[in-house]
Amino acid sequence: MIEIKDLHKSYRMGSNSLHVLKGLNFSITDGELVAIMGSSGSGKSTLLNILGMLDEADSGEYILDGVPIKNLNETKAAQYRNKFLGFIFQSFNLINYKNALENVALPLYYQRMPRKERQEKALKYLGQVGLKEWAHHLPNELSGGQKQRVAIARAMAAEPKVLLADELTGALDSTTSYEIMDLIQKINDQGNTILVVTHEEDIAHMCKRIVHLKDGIIEKDEKIKQVRAAQYVQ
Amino acid sequence: MFSRDTWKEIFEAMGKNKLRTFLTGFTVALGIFIFVTLFGMGNGLQNTFDEFFGEDAVNVLRVYPSETTIPYGGYKAKRRIEFDNDDLDDIGKEFSPLIDYLTPQISRSSSVTYKNESDNYTNRGVGPGMQLAEKNVLMQGRYINNKDIRDRTKVAVIGRMVKKDLFKGDDPIGEFIDVGGSVFKVVGVFQDDGGDNEERNIYIPFTTRQLIEGNNDKIDNLTIGFKESLGYAGAMKFQNRLDSYLRQKKVISPEDPRGIFIQNVADQLKQNQQFAGALQIIISGIAFAVIISGVIGISNIMVFVVKERTKEIGIRKAMGATPRVITNGIMLESIFITAIFGFLGMIIGIVVLNTITGEALKEDYFITKPGIDMGIAIFVTILLIVCGAIAAFVPARRAARIKPIVALRDE
Repeated sequence: MIEIKDLHKSYRMGSNSLHVLKGLNFSITDGELVAIMGSSGSGKSTLLNILGMLDEADSGEYILDGVPIKNLNETKAAQYRNKFLGFIFQSFNLINYKNALENVALPLYYQRMPRKERQEKALKYLGQVGLKEWAHHLPNELSGGQKQRVAIARAMAAEPKVLLADELTGALDSTTSYEIMDLIQKINDQGNTILVVTHEEDIAHMCKRIVHLKDGIIEKDEKIKQVRAAQYVQ
Repeated sequence: MFSRDTWKEIFEAMGKNKLRTFLTGFTVALGIFIFVTLFGMGNGLQNTFDEFFGEDAVNVLRVYPSETTIPYGGYKAKRRIEFDNDDLDDIGKEFSPLIDYLTPQISRSSSVTYKNESDNYTNRGVGPGMQLAEKNVLMQGRYINNKDIRDRTKVAVIGRMVKKDLFKGDDPIGEFIDVGGSVFKVVGVFQDDGGDNEERNIYIPFTTRQLIEGNNDKIDNLTIGFKESLGYAGAMKFQNRLDSYLRQKKVISPEDPRGIFIQNVADQLKQNQQFAGALQIIISGIAFAVIISGVIGISNIMVFVVKERTKEIGIRKAMGATPRVITNGIMLESIFITAIFGFLGMIIGIVVLNTITGEALKEDYFITKPGIDMGIAIFVTILLIVCGAIAAFVPARRAARIKPIVALRDE
C-alpha cells in the first residue's frame, strides 16, 4: 500500500539547514495498523506530512497504492489526498460552523458526489462511530471524544486507501483515548490500513506494528502483540 | 461553479460572519448610494441651468439702453439713451439678412379688471416676434399680428394664469378687459414653460401702448431673434456689429461700459452650461473616488477574511479542495456581496433622488429634478462588482496557496 525508499528531507533555517529525515525505508501493506513513534524532533510529523502529501520530500521515492507521488501540483495533490487519504488530527480540525453531518460530508463534496448520496453516506459513517443522533449538532456542542469520532467518520467517509492519524488522542483524557483507539481497532478489523503517529507508549501498543523513529532514521521496526482497547472500555 | 452546494458554502461562510458581511456590504452600498445621489444632484443642477434658459429662445439678443458714463461726440455724460421706432426700422434694414424677427418691448404694470375681478399684472407692448422669443404657445385665439401693429388695435393676449384668475373658467376670447384705464379685447390665451409668473403677462401691440401714452414713439428695449444658421460664432460677430452700429447711431463712446447693453442669450447659455458641465465633472470625480474607496474596502476585508479563515481553508485543502475551488469560493463571496449590496445602494440612491425632488430644493439649492440615467447607475454598479472581483482575486489566490501543514499546525 505504502512504499518508501531512501526518503530525505531537510528544512532551511536561515543560513543552516536542518536534516530531518535521513533516508527512510519501509513499506506498509494492506490492512496494517502501524504506529510511528518517536520523541519530538525525531521527524515523525515531517514523515506524516510527506505521507499526507502536505509536504514533499527532497529525495527518495514514495509510492502510494502503486502511484508514485512526485512533483505534484497543488490541484493534483488535492485530488490524490481526497482519493487516497483520510486525515485525523490531534486538534480535530472540524469546521466549527458546520454540523457533524456536514463535516463528515465535506470530503464527499469535493468528490462532487450528489447532495443526497453525500448525506446518506455521511450519516452511515456517523452511525459507525456511534454518533447518528448527534448528526445535526455543531462541533462546540460535542465533547472532545465525540469531536474526534466525527473527525474519524470524516476521514473514512471518502473511503480512502489509508487513514493517517496525527496524535489523535493527544487532546483527550485516557478513558476517551481508549474509546477512540477501540474505534480505530474496529475500523482496522474491517480491513482498513491505518497509520498512527504518536509518542504515547500505550497508544502505540494498541497497534500491530511500531516503527521507532529517532533523529531522522528508523531505529526499530517491530511487529507487536496488539493490546485490545476494548478491555479498558466499560 | 454555480451549483447549489457552492452557494450553500458561500451563504454559510457569510452567515457565520454576519457583522463582517454586513460591514463589507455596507461599504459597497454606501459607495454606490453616494455615487448615485451625488451624480443625480449634479444632473439636477444641470437641469436647473437648462430650464433657466429652456423657457426662452436662445438665438436671441436683447438690447437695453441706459445712461452714458463717458462724454462723447459733444454730448455730456449721464445722457439717457432711448430707442424709438426709427431705430427699430433701421436695425431691421441694416441687418435684415441676419434677422428672423425683431420686436420692441414696452413694459408697464397696472391693474387689470374683468367684471368684478381685478388684479395687478405686467402688460407688455410688443410686436408679433415676441411669441417666438418667449416661446409662447397659444392655447386659444391668436397672437398680436402685423395688422394690430399697423392699426394700433386695442387687443390683448393674456397668459394662462390671467385667464384662470380673472375669468374663473369663462371663455375670455372676445371679452373686454380694462388695462390701466383702457379697454382691450382679448384675442388669445397663451401658456409658457417658464412658470406661472411668465403666464401672468399680458401682451398688447406696442404701437397701441405708444398711442395711449401720448402718441410717442419710444421703445424700452429691443429683442432680436437672429437666424439659427449663424451659429455661436456668427452670433458673437452679429452682437459686435450691432453694438458698434448702435454706438455710432446713438453717439456713444466705444469705451463706455454703459449706454447700451446687449444681452446674448446664446453666450450666457454656453457659459452656464460650461459651468454646470465643470461642476458635473467635479461631482463625478468625487463620486468615483467614493467608488474606489469602496473597492479598496472590499479588498481589505477579503484579505482579512482569508487571514481569518486560514485554518478552515487548510482543513478544506486537506479534505481534497483544489486551489481552484478555494479561489472560486472567495471570489464568488465577494462578487455576491458587492452585487447584492451594490444594487441595494443603487436602488436606495434612486429612491432618495426621487423623494427629494421639490420646489424648495430648486429655490434653495438650485437643483431641479435630480436623477440619474438608469444605464449609468447600472454600469457603475456592475463596474463596482467587477472591481470587487478583481479586488478579491489577490486574497483569493493567496488563500489557494495556503499550505495545509502551515494552516493546521497546532499552536
